[in-house]
Amino acid sequence: MSNVAVEVRDLGKLYRIGRKKSADTLRDAVAAAARGRARRDQEEAERTLWALRDVSFEVQEGEVLGVLGKNGAGKSTLFKILARVTEPTEGQVTVYGRMGSLLEVGTGFHPELTGRENVFLNGVILGMKRRDIERKFDEIVAFSGVERFIDTPVKRYSSGMYARLAFAVASSVEPDVLLVDEVLSVGDAEFQKRCFERMHALSSSGKTVLFISHSMPAVRALCSRAILLAEGRVVDEGSAEEVVARYLRADFEPSSEGTIAPSAPRVGTGEVLLRRAQVLDRLGKPVSRLLLGQPVSILLAFEVRQPIEDAILEAGISTTDGVRVTTSFSNDGGRAPDVLRPGSYEARLDIEPGLLPRSYTLDVGAHHVNRGLTMDFVQGVLSLEVLNESETSGDRHLPNPTRGFVRPSGMWQRPTRVGDSPTEGGR
Amino acid sequence: MNPARRSLVAGLGELAEYRELLFYLAWRDIKVRYKQAVLGVAWIVIQPVVSIAIFSFLFGRLLKVPTGDVPYPVFAYAALLPWNYFAGALTRGSGSLVGSAGLFTKVYFPRLVIPLSAILGGLVDLGISFLVLIGLMLIYGITPSLLILTLPAFIVLASLTALGFSLWLSALNVRYRDVGHLVPFFVQIWMYATPVVYGTDLIPDRFRPLLALNPMTTVTEGFRWALVGGAPPGSTTSFALVGGSLGLVVIVLWTGLVYFRRTEQTFADVV
Repeated sequence: MSNVAVEVRDLGKLYRIGRKKSADTLRDAVAAAARGRARRDQEEAERTLWALRDVSFEVQEGEVLGVLGKNGAGKSTLFKILARVTEPTEGQVTVYGRMGSLLEVGTGFHPELTGRENVFLNGVILGMKRRDIERKFDEIVAFSGVERFIDTPVKRYSSGMYARLAFAVASSVEPDVLLVDEVLSVGDAEFQKRCFERMHALSSSGKTVLFISHSMPAVRALCSRAILLAEGRVVDEGSAEEVVARYLRADFEPSSEGTIAPSAPRVGTGEVLLRRAQVLDRLGKPVSRLLLGQPVSILLAFEVRQPIEDAILEAGISTTDGVRVTTSFSNDGGRAPDVLRPGSYEARLDIEPGLLPRSYTLDVGAHHVNRGLTMDFVQGVLSLEVLNESETSGDRHLPNPTRGFVRPSGMWQRPTRVGDSPTEGGR
Repeated sequence: MNPARRSLVAGLGELAEYRELLFYLAWRDIKVRYKQAVLGVAWIVIQPVVSIAIFSFLFGRLLKVPTGDVPYPVFAYAALLPWNYFAGALTRGSGSLVGSAGLFTKVYFPRLVIPLSAILGGLVDLGISFLVLIGLMLIYGITPSLLILTLPAFIVLASLTALGFSLWLSALNVRYRDVGHLVPFFVQIWMYATPVVYGTDLIPDRFRPLLALNPMTTVTEGFRWALVGGAPPGSTTSFALVGGSLGLVVIVLWTGLVYFRRTEQTFADVV
């Protein structure tokens, strides 16, 4: 029934890295020619990187495929090859139909030219015919909402107007296969909404969409299938739901010792810098898999950079889709906030999380209690898996997402017989 | 999209599909070039008038370069006109790829469109500078003959020469930015090696073959011949050498095209 829209076979892309720019002057080329060939080959090998390797997948017509992966996993390289901006080193890409992209909204926009002039210029650059642009011109302008300024040079536009006009042109292209990089969704909420609506409209009209995103809710909402790239290879492929879950786990995998890189995505004033978060078992050994009902300690190492009068710490547990399940603050139960002098600290929370079997992530934070100001907050520092096994044999629970997250403490009592069954007496 | 499957012919066929882009890019260049200049298009006129004044004083008045019975300003401008077009086209063409990196690293279209549009854009300037020429010819009372109809052939020759070198230089410039520094020298040297401020008569016989192998000699001499009379190109040297210069253009154009097409796959990666 369905046809293949995009076919990618054994795709590979080799990049030169390192001293690329400076090595590429005429003088260096002459110098390199003077050196021996063997030496040159060796130098070559040291300065190359496979941005993509052995990548194969297919996208069916009408499918919305999410492309996931960390920065540097090869997503953008893949899109550049699909968009024919660069050539693959090996392998093949076959696109059935017309390829369009929302990779680079506003490409070729010239600040000196008016909105009207840029609509035509940009449209032609994106592969439209002048006749088509003329036909759609009013629609494009209406969609962009810049009617009044259409004959003003775009250098006088606000960045929002600029982006809206650029997006209006880009989305008036009618491709069979559309590449969307989430870069475009950095606009305001209204702008994002438009992008998503546009993708929805395209996919429901049978167009194929490939979507790069770091926003898991967006991928789950929009994509039917997804692929996960890591170090240039496809490491997972399947339903968007599955791949998103895998991605979120993979995202935190190496941090089983819980070190939080200074460059990790964090929010806060920076008065406190969270360094490390660990989950320890009773013997003080770091763990990432918890038994059902197992008491653990959460250890938080952090650095205080300025004197703080009212510090509280936060440890939160979220599902892999980012839904917060439970939170513990250090001032819970009426404990007073901490007064901290600059220095390195460790804090420990003894807890029985009381969770049902599932994959979770640990979020940690430090805040001012008085103004509620966040000093540092890092999401997903660790992944935690609550197993379907307990320390005492026989305590089991069926893992099932429909059964919730929290495992309340307490025990069922044995049923007590309180009377005869009504049906028994009625017979 | 198989790298092995690109042929020159297929590439040129594709170019035809993108002709609108070609014109729009050329149009943009022209528009942007004059949009913010208060005097706008007037610069196309002011520039040559000033050079003519200088050349007339220096070469016409002081050095008394022989020009037959043609007044020096007309003599020089008839050659400066195609030369300026050629020099502008070559300079813009060589820098065109590096200047449009923002475009071709984002969107696919045949890369040939870029140097082509740079050269095409020069034609508008050329058209406007003809107004100056008409003015000069009116002042000096020179009426051109029907030979003026041969002018397009010389414009085509100048364009193809500029294109051939632009293909080589623009592609090389992507990898080696030195090219950007070299081109102005190259253009300057080339100008003095071409009969622009002087005529072929001034050059000793033994150097004339060299002069004739320069395709731009054919262009500037051709312009003079068509506009103000004088010897047709090649008559003071040999027509075989003019043929040789045309052959050179074909070779540069062809090898430039091959080199350009072979390296364009990596433009986006190295630029």
